[in-house]
Amino acid sequence: MPTNNDPVGNNPVGNNPVGNNPVGKKLCLSVKGLTKEFGFGRQKNVAVNKVDMDLYEGEVVSIVGESGSGKTTLSKMLLGLINSTEGDIYFQGKKRDISSYSKKQEYWKNIQAIFQDPFSSYNIFNKIDAVLLDCINMRGGRRLPQAKKVEMMTEACSFVNLKYEEMTNKYPFELSGGQMQRLMIARIFLLKPKILLADEPTSMIDACSRATILDMLMKLRDETGMTLIFITHDIGLAYYVSDQVFIMEHGKFVESGSPDDVILHPREPYTKRLINDVPKIYEEWDLTTV
Amino acid sequence: MKHTLQQIFRSPNFVIGFAIFMALILFVFIYPLVVPDAPLAIIAQGTFFPPGTYVSVYDSLGSTQYTLNLQNASAARIGSKVSDTDKAAIKDYLVLVGVPEGQIDLTDTQKLLEQWKTNYDPNKNISGVTNAKRNQFIRLNTSLQNANSDQGIVLASQDPTSGALTQTGTVKLTDYVDINQIASAKVLPLGTDNFGRDVLTELVSATKVSLQIGFVAGLIATLIGLTLGLLAGYIGGMLDDIIMFITNLFTVIPSFVLLILISFSIGQDQRGAVTIAVVIGFTSWVWTARAVRSQVISLRNRDHVNLSKLSGHSIVHIILSDILPYIASYVVMAFILQISSGILAEAGLSILGLGPRTTDVPTLGLMMNWAMIYQAHILGKWWAYFPILLDIALITFSLNLMNTGLDQVFNPALRD
Repeated sequence: MPTNNDPVGNNPVGNNPVGNNPVGKKLCLSVKGLTKEFGFGRQKNVAVNKVDMDLYEGEVVSIVGESGSGKTTLSKMLLGLINSTEGDIYFQGKKRDISSYSKKQEYWKNIQAIFQDPFSSYNIFNKIDAVLLDCINMRGGRRLPQAKKVEMMTEACSFVNLKYEEMTNKYPFELSGGQMQRLMIARIFLLKPKILLADEPTSMIDACSRATILDMLMKLRDETGMTLIFITHDIGLAYYVSDQVFIMEHGKFVESGSPDDVILHPREPYTKRLINDVPKIYEEWDLTTV
Repeated sequence: MKHTLQQIFRSPNFVIGFAIFMALILFVFIYPLVVPDAPLAIIAQGTFFPPGTYVSVYDSLGSTQYTLNLQNASAARIGSKVSDTDKAAIKDYLVLVGVPEGQIDLTDTQKLLEQWKTNYDPNKNISGVTNAKRNQFIRLNTSLQNANSDQGIVLASQDPTSGALTQTGTVKLTDYVDINQIASAKVLPLGTDNFGRDVLTELVSATKVSLQIGFVAGLIATLIGLTLGLLAGYIGGMLDDIIMFITNLFTVIPSFVLLILISFSIGQDQRGAVTIAVVIGFTSWVWTARAVRSQVISLRNRDHVNLSKLSGHSIVHIILSDILPYIASYVVMAFILQISSGILAEAGLSILGLGPRTTDVPTLGLMMNWAMIYQAHILGKWWAYFPILLDIALITFSLNLMNTGLDQVFNPALRD
């Protein structure tokens, strides 16, 4: 069990140094000293270095860092897709056990992901119906009548402003990037996981679709009460959507806390640089810091 | 799928390869319907009969005879009876008896024979001519006298008791028969082999068997390679280490040596075509396994595979529906190459005498082996080995062309 080492004292069980999470919310995911090393000897590369974090139910958390800072490796460890070298992950108060594939399958019922590139997220040989049916089957709906399944798929599609009738019998590559990412959210709508990890979900789609996707994700969070983890290099996005922000540099969290604290009053030079790197329309962009 | 097929059939390489291969397959299946002879039936007494139409002499005497007065018939007849060796011997003799070399024209057979007739004297003693040489000239003279005959042949039948001959008919030089009216004739487009078997019938059957061997060997090799490659690549860890250890072991031992040792240890009696195919399959999976493994490793961390895992699919489901379809084109290409190398491996084994046992079915390798043992290449009996070489070359060439065509479609870097 994670210990309470919150210096501010308003965190019931976690170790959040800032402690901006509301009292009474239950701890959903807790990470202790999570480390991932690739290679060994001179070739050793520490991608994630002793990372600690606490995530609460219904919270929106952003992990911000530049390319190669270890965000995606961390997210894969959180998802249980790769094993950590050291450290533990606690899920709903219990140490996560993914020692066998069947235990992983159980864990994946609670945590889901949306990946950065919608074009490579789908199996190009499977039709859209198969993608959505997998979700219904995973939630135990394998024996539901076909009509009920269609109703559920229609509902999920309409949640993301897609028409099921237009989607059925189509392959994912026949859709646009924005539509594919919306379909990914429809998948989450059907799965209703406890945690959703969105790994740069808007970085490969246009700005208009981006707002829609974010809006849908927030709406889904409001409806299901799931914890939403944004992995992003876009500090502006992190500021607008997050309850907690973690700034990651070279595999370590250099700064964390509420967006107001971290982004409006940054302490670390790395955070300042990240903020400075955001292009501003009415100001001259200082490229020397890049 | 439809689009991919269209693309495949637009690739000129594939289309040419496919056309050659299908022509071979069609020929292999249609020919036995037209000529239903047993492929290993010995029909000829003697070895290496040259390609041609063989008509029954007896039947040709019995069939309707026509008289044709053809101008160049006698010249052609004499020409066909006097070989180049005979002409050289005639020239030798004429030079020895003092005919100037400039007057001897080897191309004019008629004149050469006249010169021989006037100059040849069996009793003449020429210095420097051995007895053997003299005897050769005597034999030559006898055969040339027959060749130069302008008489017909008298046909006679023999009384079984008294042995007396009774003339039953004559065959004049101008007598002809229509080949279509002769009751018994056999076309041997590729002649006969050393055992007196029709080479073409044998070749068709051998092509079929060799293709079957290639297919079975390719199927086994591809299945083993694919299964091991998929498991090693996707599951990884200890299993990968073990599989790769075995694969590397097979890589460093030359597969052909392994093939020879296994074939030899099986023994002649046990070696059927299928056994050989299985042995070839079990020794040639290595490169498929390595290539599939490396492809799977690059695929296993793709987002769609991760998403499939997150959707709760089992490992078998992920391998079969999220990995296999992505490498299917590669596997098909590997399979085609395995068929071609299976056929070549069988030919290689058989030529060393380690192919299928010789009593059952012919294979391309066995035919090469027979041609080699009976020195067809030294005796210049090209029909016993060249069509087989051409057949093997056509099969492998067409399969490789198809493979290149598929590669052009599936590998975007090679598209025009």
